[in-house]
Amino acid sequence: MKRIRVALAGNPNSGKSSVFNMLTGAHQHVGNYPGVTVEKKEGVCTYDGYQIEIIDLPGTYSLTAYSTEELIARDYVLDETPDVVVDVVDASNLERNLYLATQLIEMNVPLVLAFNMSDLAKRRGIEFDLEQLSRLLEARIVPTVGNKAQGREPLLEAIVATVRQAETPRAHRLNYGDEIEEELAKIEAVLVEQNVEWVPRSGLRWVAVKLLEQDDAVTAKAVHPEIRDAVARSVEHLRGIFGDEPEIVMADRRYGFISGACQETIASSVERRHDTSDTIDAVVTNRVLGLPIFLLLMYMVFWLTFTLGEYPMMALEWFFEWAGATVAGFWPAGSDSWVKSLLIDGILGGVGGVVVFLPNILLLFLAIAILEDSGYMARAAFVMDRIMHKIGLHGKSFIPMLIGFGCSVPAIMATRILENRRSRFTTIMVIPLMSCGARLTIYALIIPAFFPHQWRGPVMWLIYLIGIVLAVVCAKVLRLTIFRGETMPFVMELPPYRVPTLKSVLIHMWQRGWLFLKKAGTVILGISIVLWALASFPKPSAEELAELNEQQRHQTILERSIIGRVGHIIEPVIRPLGFDWKVGTALIGATAAKEVFVSQLGIVYAVGSEEGGAEVLRRRLQADYTPLVGFCIMLFCLISAPCVGTVAMTRQETNSWRWATFQFLALTGLAYGITFLVYQIGSLWG
Amino acid sequence: MIQETHVHDQQVRPLSTTQAGDCVRVVGIDAGRGLNSRLAAMGLVASTELRVVSNGHPGPFVLIVKDAKVVLGRGVAQKIMVR
Repeated sequence: MKRIRVALAGNPNSGKSSVFNMLTGAHQHVGNYPGVTVEKKEGVCTYDGYQIEIIDLPGTYSLTAYSTEELIARDYVLDETPDVVVDVVDASNLERNLYLATQLIEMNVPLVLAFNMSDLAKRRGIEFDLEQLSRLLEARIVPTVGNKAQGREPLLEAIVATVRQAETPRAHRLNYGDEIEEELAKIEAVLVEQNVEWVPRSGLRWVAVKLLEQDDAVTAKAVHPEIRDAVARSVEHLRGIFGDEPEIVMADRRYGFISGACQETIASSVERRHDTSDTIDAVVTNRVLGLPIFLLLMYMVFWLTFTLGEYPMMALEWFFEWAGATVAGFWPAGSDSWVKSLLIDGILGGVGGVVVFLPNILLLFLAIAILEDSGYMARAAFVMDRIMHKIGLHGKSFIPMLIGFGCSVPAIMATRILENRRSRFTTIMVIPLMSCGARLTIYALIIPAFFPHQWRGPVMWLIYLIGIVLAVVCAKVLRLTIFRGETMPFVMELPPYRVPTLKSVLIHMWQRGWLFLKKAGTVILGISIVLWALASFPKPSAEELAELNEQQRHQTILERSIIGRVGHIIEPVIRPLGFDWKVGTALIGATAAKEVFVSQLGIVYAVGSEEGGAEVLRRRLQADYTPLVGFCIMLFCLISAPCVGTVAMTRQETNSWRWATFQFLALTGLAYGITFLVYQIGSLWG
Repeated sequence: MIQETHVHDQQVRPLSTTQAGDCVRVVGIDAGRGLNSRLAAMGLVASTELRVVSNGHPGPFVLIVKDAKVVLGRGVAQKIMVR
């Protein structure tokens, strides 16, 4: 079977992903573009004896070098030379959408235009003379309705026909007017004269246009002084004529070409009216109502993710417990076989620890897909921007940070809704400071042990507040230091509201779930098994364990293990925080998952996990520590060492171990510093 | 800058001073190259007609540009000169 490679380009909100879903169905694969954190979606379908491979390029409004997405889309088209580029165009907003098409035309690629949402355009009373427009743009045009799967066959037909057709040079090109064309001709002449090796591949005309536009990426490649001089002269000359940068004038001319083409071929019987979207916006982005509506919707997202997600989580936990008991049944009761422990505590426990996140992730991305596909997400950014802007983050950052109160793992994955890399990485770094649900189990143990009834609420509240304040301060500091750079000026489209389709929402949800299992899941499993080994070896001899009851046996095994030994070794380091080796051992164990702190402390104190165990443990803690130490334990657990799941997720989403390590060390250092101050100053008061 | 006072008798002013319901035409954009190119890609170039949907005071600005609804921060709206 012959292969055809197709790249799908288009504006954000043009319904590009619905066309992608329509073409490929479930045969999709999500990954990253090499070296960057921009999502890369690929899919395949077959048609008419061809295997058609489709790459979904990032949604962009143009192909300049000012954003990563645009550069990726452009480089893909130039370097990978797809057989056909399909530009998905919102037919109800043609002029703006064709701007990208003019740039693709200029790159001289075999082009097919998918006039998407053509039903909406028809309802708005827009009529196209597609034949005439197709002649003017020299590209096949196919009307489609992606979310209703209309136009699939004709689009595939057009792709195949474009491939079969012998390559013919374009009959006419976009004319920039005499003054600019003259300068372009001069630059082209110099390029030919210098005989630069990479120019013919990108197209002579295109390189000349980009050089005149002072495009950063192309200019950087054109190192010849002769070329640079020629470009500088032309730019200077045109600045003199137009009193503006050449690229601005050229953008004007492109729109001029588009509006010329549209005037000849489009009849619009109605003016843009006040439509349903405007009515919804009047309420949803209202100055008074906007924020409460946003908070209400966020509450629903949170409820769906964590409250509703608890049932499948409970079922999964129950299943893994049952599986553990079944496996344990193969050994005689009371056996201390390390193989049994590896299978049950290491592998089953590790897999359980991965899968248990899945309901949260699926439900969260269900909610996010609905918010995004319906068009509300852009409004959410609009409503929150004023507040989030102050701490140097994007309006949309609020959503992952809120999810962080439930669990950092889905929260970090949710930062995918942020386009700007600096905003996204800053958000990822501070998410662990939002006190997650697992840490609640630690507070639930410690607070009743050390604080009288009337203080319990305020102490809990204080812990959460400290986390939020630290997150805000850290975000601000990060944006002023390592993630410095101008905040992207706030320019965004508010797409019309649409009813999300079940298919696209489900595909979105499934992709995220699968990505988590495949990427983060394997890392979490690996580290969990390592932590299990560290807590189980080296083993005390059988004689030492013979006289002990079960709790004491667990205690001895943990104390003799590497983690127990390290707990002893670091005691001098954590002494200034008020902690002893017991807390140290539990803290190391807690990197597997925050709630493990409680069970590890139970083992260290040889307290069973049966009914009333927590009360026994609290009494032992009261005997050993002061309320100040209790508070410091909570403070340290709040800030320090994100759990294995968080580390794995940060690694996956930043595409580098460096950032994951940085996050781990920086937060642990911060926790040490703050807890040190609190304990030392608190001790002065006695 | 091109002055064509005969089209409208209104004077050139920043977009940020317009009110909801105003229909204005872009005269020039006084921004850096990055923002300029981004605005151009969104359809905001000289001689584009805009309808102001809301002037958020002090929040962002909502406009209709070439049939699409676009939000701008106030800082951006100050850099766009309209008539």
